[in-house]
Amino acid sequence: MRTGRVAGRVAFITGAARGQGRSHAIRLAEEGADIIAVDLCGEITSVEYPLGTADDLAETVRLVESLDRRIVARQADVRDAASLETALRQGVAELGRLDIVSANAGILSSGSLTDLSELAWREMIDVNLSGVWRTCKAAIPHLIAGGRGGSIILTSSVAGLKAYANMAHYVSAKHGVTGLMRTLATELAPHRIRVNSLHPTQVDTDMIQNDVMYRLFRPDLANPTRADFAEASRATGLLPVDWVETRDVSAALLFLASDEARYITGTALPIDAGALIT
Amino acid sequence: MRSAADGQCGQETVVDRGVAALGRLDIVSANAGIHSSAPAHEMSESAWQDLIDVNLTGAWLTCKVAVPHLIAGGRGGVVVLTSSVAGLKPYANIAHYVAAKHGIIGLTKTLAQELAPHRIRVNALSPTQVDTDMIQNQMAYKLFLPAIEEPTRGQFRVASQATNLLPIPWVEPRDVSDALIFLASDEARYITGVALPVDAGVLAK
Repeated sequence: MRTGRVAGRVAFITGAARGQGRSHAIRLAEEGADIIAVDLCGEITSVEYPLGTADDLAETVRLVESLDRRIVARQADVRDAASLETALRQGVAELGRLDIVSANAGILSSGSLTDLSELAWREMIDVNLSGVWRTCKAAIPHLIAGGRGGSIILTSSVAGLKAYANMAHYVSAKHGVTGLMRTLATELAPHRIRVNSLHPTQVDTDMIQNDVMYRLFRPDLANPTRADFAEASRATGLLPVDWVETRDVSAALLFLASDEARYITGTALPIDAGALIT
Repeated sequence: MRSAADGQCGQETVVDRGVAALGRLDIVSANAGIHSSAPAHEMSESAWQDLIDVNLTGAWLTCKVAVPHLIAGGRGGVVVLTSSVAGLKPYANIAHYVAAKHGIIGLTKTLAQELAPHRIRVNALSPTQVDTDMIQNQMAYKLFLPAIEEPTRGQFRVASQATNLLPIPWVEPRDVSDALIFLASDEARYITGVALPVDAGVLAK
């Protein structure tokens, strides 16, 4: 008999090759869930840091299986609805059900509004906003068909609730995710499907530990280092920490996915070290 | 141990004695609250004052006497204040309650700022109707069903459910406790200054 806070459930996670997505897969598996994991496993033109790879996704598979949980992993692009539908169809066929959705895949690029290229804007909105919608659109029929309710968790950002200069496309996409969350919560409540969003501050992953982010936070320096970034990153929050860890976001996701939050829906939950109230 | 949120029964002694007996303080739940109802312009001075005293000033006093123990412990800590969905949206005929619960949100965020350097996190809970004596009474029933002479629990159930998105009439105390434990635990170690709804979707409706 499996035990755990989400024992016997099946979770679909996008962007699961590494970073927060991998952390979510591991944390949910630790608490008894099986996993359907997808990742692009490829590059995106306007993104200047390396994205997750097939090897990264294979490592997520290994880590979940080492917990004695099942995982169906597929290469899929949140810009391509068909690829998500295929992965979900195969995953649900193999694992038998769907209960939890983590729309987590996301990218980062930067530029002032006038400097942002049309491509950077389009790719950002396509992945970080439309990709979240496609993820939900593909998953919701499986949740409804299960007839057991469900929990959808959208990964927004502090930038989904407040603005940051020089990333208008990211702020617009993440604000859009907040609006999508609220709308889905109203549409899906009759099915007992809850929809909430996570709003992390900087999370210690490859998406922030790179030169793009370092320069965004330290425009005053020619070649900012990790330490320079840490100093500026810490200043955005209230608690004396440089950034949060993936496991902090996973802990919040697990709470929202579990029955402990069975009556929480339509909520935007910050994991932000106080960034929203500075 | 008997106490009172308005500080009249020597609450400071209660906290001091408790910490002396148990050795430390880590978590504070400022939960005590009352409820009454009247249109704002017809509300008596005492109804207003009592509710503000308990629900808002009482929460501040609770923090005021407890926080020094958290700081003295040097291990950080967590303060969870019980607000309400009425801390984030208005309801007619409970102006004092809405004002007090909104006040709690302001207090939460201010305390979160002041106490972050001590690694003390401060968050609020914003429940919808919780199945307790505070809502299961004629006064609360009348608030939801003003047109009915003597509303029943069954009628209240329907009216209460209509405020929620999820198809449930109210939440249970343990649902609020589950959220409190999450916020109180290290799982939420970097969550501060947040108002967490346990509201069956009231705020998203």
